[in-house]
Amino acid sequence: MEIKKTGVAGTLESSDIQVMISKGSNGIEIELDSEVKKAYGDQIEKVITETIKNYGLNDVKVKAVDKGALDCVIKARTLAAAQRATETSDQPDLEVL
Amino acid sequence: MENKVKRNLPDDLMEEMDLKPFESANIGHPEVQRVAPKVRVTTGQNKIADSLEEVIKENLKDGMTISFHHHFRNGDFAFNKVMDLIIKLGYKDLTLAPSSLTGVMNDKIIEAIKKGVITNITSSGMRGSLGDFVSHGGLKNPVIFRSHGNRARSIEEGEIKIDIAFLGVPISDPAGNANGQEGDAVFGSLGYALMDAQYANKVVLLTDNVVPYPNTPASIKQDQVDYIVKVDQIGDPDKIGSGATRFTKDPKELKIAQMVNQVIVNSPYFKEGFSFQTGSGGAALAVTRYLRQAMLDKGITASFAVGGITKPTTDLLEEGLVRKVMDVQDFDKGAAQSMAKNRDQQEIDASWYADPHNKGAVVNNLDVSILSALQIDTDFNVNVMTGSDGVIRGAVGGHQDSAAGAKMTIITAPLVRGRNATVVPSVETVVTPGESIDVLVTERGIAINPKRQDLIESFQKVPGLKILDIHDLQKMAEKQVGVPKPLEYTDRTVALVEYRDGSIIDVIKQVKD
Repeated sequence: MEIKKTGVAGTLESSDIQVMISKGSNGIEIELDSEVKKAYGDQIEKVITETIKNYGLNDVKVKAVDKGALDCVIKARTLAAAQRATETSDQPDLEVL
Repeated sequence: MENKVKRNLPDDLMEEMDLKPFESANIGHPEVQRVAPKVRVTTGQNKIADSLEEVIKENLKDGMTISFHHHFRNGDFAFNKVMDLIIKLGYKDLTLAPSSLTGVMNDKIIEAIKKGVITNITSSGMRGSLGDFVSHGGLKNPVIFRSHGNRARSIEEGEIKIDIAFLGVPISDPAGNANGQEGDAVFGSLGYALMDAQYANKVVLLTDNVVPYPNTPASIKQDQVDYIVKVDQIGDPDKIGSGATRFTKDPKELKIAQMVNQVIVNSPYFKEGFSFQTGSGGAALAVTRYLRQAMLDKGITASFAVGGITKPTTDLLEEGLVRKVMDVQDFDKGAAQSMAKNRDQQEIDASWYADPHNKGAVVNNLDVSILSALQIDTDFNVNVMTGSDGVIRGAVGGHQDSAAGAKMTIITAPLVRGRNATVVPSVETVVTPGESIDVLVTERGIAINPKRQDLIESFQKVPGLKILDIHDLQKMAEKQVGVPKPLEYTDRTVALVEYRDGSIIDVIKQVKD
């Protein structure tokens, strides 16, 4: 799986998260901005990292702006951003989903 | 030491400041000694001062305590006008003792703290940049948070000794007879400022509207006032309160409001002549609407509504569904304007409203109180002071007072807000003790304090009202949002939260970033 462009998913609405995925060179690097970073920052990064790894990507830059999203939302937005970045939106990997 | 709500209080600070730990919401019958202000005798001629600067220079000294009221809320011009001059004149070590602090004051206060002008603060609350500043250790001495009733008590008993009160009013005559009901910047009740007018050594009125003597009705009276300073504009009428009150369309808030209504209507208190207090949040306003319908359906009327008043409440007054409104402050323009028209909308001062150390305050006559919460824990302790990040962003207001006085106190709160649980194992800051709380209403169901078996029995018979153990609600919330990492604080105490009687119910520590 290869990142072809920058993929974005999500909004800046309350309880959503906006995830931007682009090509990286040094593993999965996450830049997280969150209202609940102190309490849930580690958990959010864990969900993003696991989702990206399961999708088969290794060197990725992630910029995430979180507005208090739940884990299921974070996972969905990360997957959508990854699909867009890899231009695989029309062929969703059902096993990952 | 640990107090009765299991909060660890710093021994050194408790000793140094001679403070007592919180014991009980039951005040008992102590005999207390009140204090009286110093009076500089005049016949009341020439009270109109040429300049605010001269008044300050003549009366203010380093180390004094100054006070303000917050009835103008975010439309306040008085505070910044006065503080600008005090900062310019280079005063030091002042104690700021307002009834509360609003957002428009924040920047000026931070400037004054940084310059050493203000070194102590006591308030009902603080929000925004100032709350952030204090929570990050910006002020050396701990802030003391007091409820509205406790501030009245502290002033009466000399724990807050106000040297100069600077009170903005929309109308006054040249002798100082003033009210909040006429002029351009009306805010209605002067309830909180009446304590300052009665107990401050010097009272300075600021107004943009001096009318011929005598001005009535006089909330602040000429015998209390030393100076009147004329200013161009005392407040921005559009920012004093929200304009037209809008009913919430949020389905979660509507569901909560409906359940609150069910709780009230099925309680033993809902009968002819009952009384209630509601706040200003979306759910509270919707409660008022449902309650109106329930009163019409059952053909009963309320004897009074109390508290911060909103237009939906004064509408009930005009409709004859509420006989009296006991009004300590008005949250919107409609309620403020209604005071001038309605003699049944009685202005009450903070002591009359909520003081624990008098001969009976209005809150003690209250049947049902509907209050909000930032967090509530499984012991029913409520936090209305710090956010889930531990930063100060709230106010005690009348929360402790109303909860202690009312026969049934209902907390309304969504189970979670965004990713933050509202029902938690232990609140960040205890403001109101669980023993004062009777029912929690969330959109997922209600929880009843186990000490109220009578209410449990009443509500079990209500079809469709889901009663849960508060621990189950807490687990439901946790399942949804996950377990948060505990917040980290330094050892430094940045604020003390007093209970109504002056004992310490909790402390707020500096957040670690």
